[in-house]
Amino acid sequence: MQRQQRFESQRAKMSVVRPFDKLPVLNSAAILLVGTDEDLQRQLAQTILKEKKDFKISIHLATSLPLPAERDHIRPRIDLIVFMINVQSKYGFKNIEASLAHVDANFFLGKVCFLVTGVGRVNHCSVDMSAVRKLGDVYCSPLVFCELELEGIRISTAQRLLRMLQICAGHVPGVSALFFSSLMRSSNDE
Amino acid sequence: RRLDMRPLKEAIAEAVVQLCQENLASIKEAAVLDIVYNHTFQNKRVWTVYQMTKATGGETDIFDFTAFKRKFKRRIQSSLINVTINFKEFEDNAIWIRIAWGTSYTKPNQYKATYVVYHSQTPYAFISKSINRSNLPLLCQALIVASNYGDIREMELRSHCLDSLKDIVFKRYSQTFQTHHPKPLQERNVAPENVDPRLIQEDKSEKERIQRVNREVFGDGPQPKLEFAQYKLETMFKSNPKMVNVSERESFRCLVKFSSPHLLEALKSLAPAGMADAPLSPLLTCIPHKARNYFKIKERKGVLAASLVSP
Repeated sequence: MQRQQRFESQRAKMSVVRPFDKLPVLNSAAILLVGTDEDLQRQLAQTILKEKKDFKISIHLATSLPLPAERDHIRPRIDLIVFMINVQSKYGFKNIEASLAHVDANFFLGKVCFLVTGVGRVNHCSVDMSAVRKLGDVYCSPLVFCELELEGIRISTAQRLLRMLQICAGHVPGVSALFFSSLMRSSNDE
Repeated sequence: RRLDMRPLKEAIAEAVVQLCQENLASIKEAAVLDIVYNHTFQNKRVWTVYQMTKATGGETDIFDFTAFKRKFKRRIQSSLINVTINFKEFEDNAIWIRIAWGTSYTKPNQYKATYVVYHSQTPYAFISKSINRSNLPLLCQALIVASNYGDIREMELRSHCLDSLKDIVFKRYSQTFQTHHPKPLQERNVAPENVDPRLIQEDKSEKERIQRVNREVFGDGPQPKLEFAQYKLETMFKSNPKMVNVSERESFRCLVKFSSPHLLEALKSLAPAGMADAPLSPLLTCIPHKARNYFKIKERKGVLAASLVSP
């Protein structure tokens, strides 16, 4: 109930994350991880930091949106938003659904992706997979399934996200975030 | 290759038997030994808390242990001859009573004894759940007679951990007090983590709020140890009216049971772990203050205190 109230009052302030409201910084990129599982978030962030990269990165961690308004002026332009869905937590899923309303529509042109974890433990799943897929469809964003507790998968996910981040930040000439829609096409569409 | 413990156990058992025979040990010694064993391993049993109330106009007499034992034994034996009753006093003023029940025709069953823990300075008694329900009224009667109380009632509070039950009813756990002015978060002696400046925690203030709310609700100290909380719902089923035709105004009966090796600590860690909003529902956080973990929830009026259950 309280979550609802905070949502309403803050929505009124129109605090939405926008992709183009700030100037980009040379050779930098910022990624925003949104999810309620803090340990996993932190682990992923640290794995991303360890990876070799030739640009300056800043990783922003949040449990939900909107982001606190008082930090707006010091926050850089967000290039990629990763929503971390843990299918074992219905509470977390609802949080993410509510947070999506605070993302500007322009982000959904390739600058958002959903990371889905916890699918391995079938007995503990409390979020319906069809609901997760529907989220991906409705918001036209790719779903990436991974079990982040395994180091190998975490590293390869971090590498993948870094590559996506580079493209979203415009560091790769000739490739824009709009190309990610090709990730959305499945064999069912043929 | 497994070590065969049997000869060792048998040797010890035989030595004990011999020792008992040499010293002419009787049932009494065996019973007292049983009490000592159960006192050491008290958390193996499930304990229920009972509260006694003074008869109107009753005075607080100085506790006389000998008189207590005599009155207790007399009250039980006046209804049932075939019982074995033993007492042992421990540190912290705990009196342990062991009762082995028989019937009019059978000898007391020493293997299914009931244990009662009574603190003479308090109106509380803790009874182990192994009791045969038919003997319970007699036991309760004997307790109030022996301790000069007027009435006794079973509280909706049960757990394995006897010490935690005592903590709850004797109010020995760290309690929280409502303050008018919310205190700013106190500086804790925590070494600052080597945080990478590239990692930015956006909702730091929200995390601090959750910690503060948690401390206000749960206090700083360790929580009493309970294993379950049970909520019996006798409420109407609320659904989309277009759904199934639940036209009959019947209560939808449902039982919700929370279980955990340490329920209150688990609840305390829910919000910081990002699994629930803070503050939690008062139905969960009121458990130690209301000294109960079994609830009945009825329609409209919210939480209804269970009616006094007479033994």
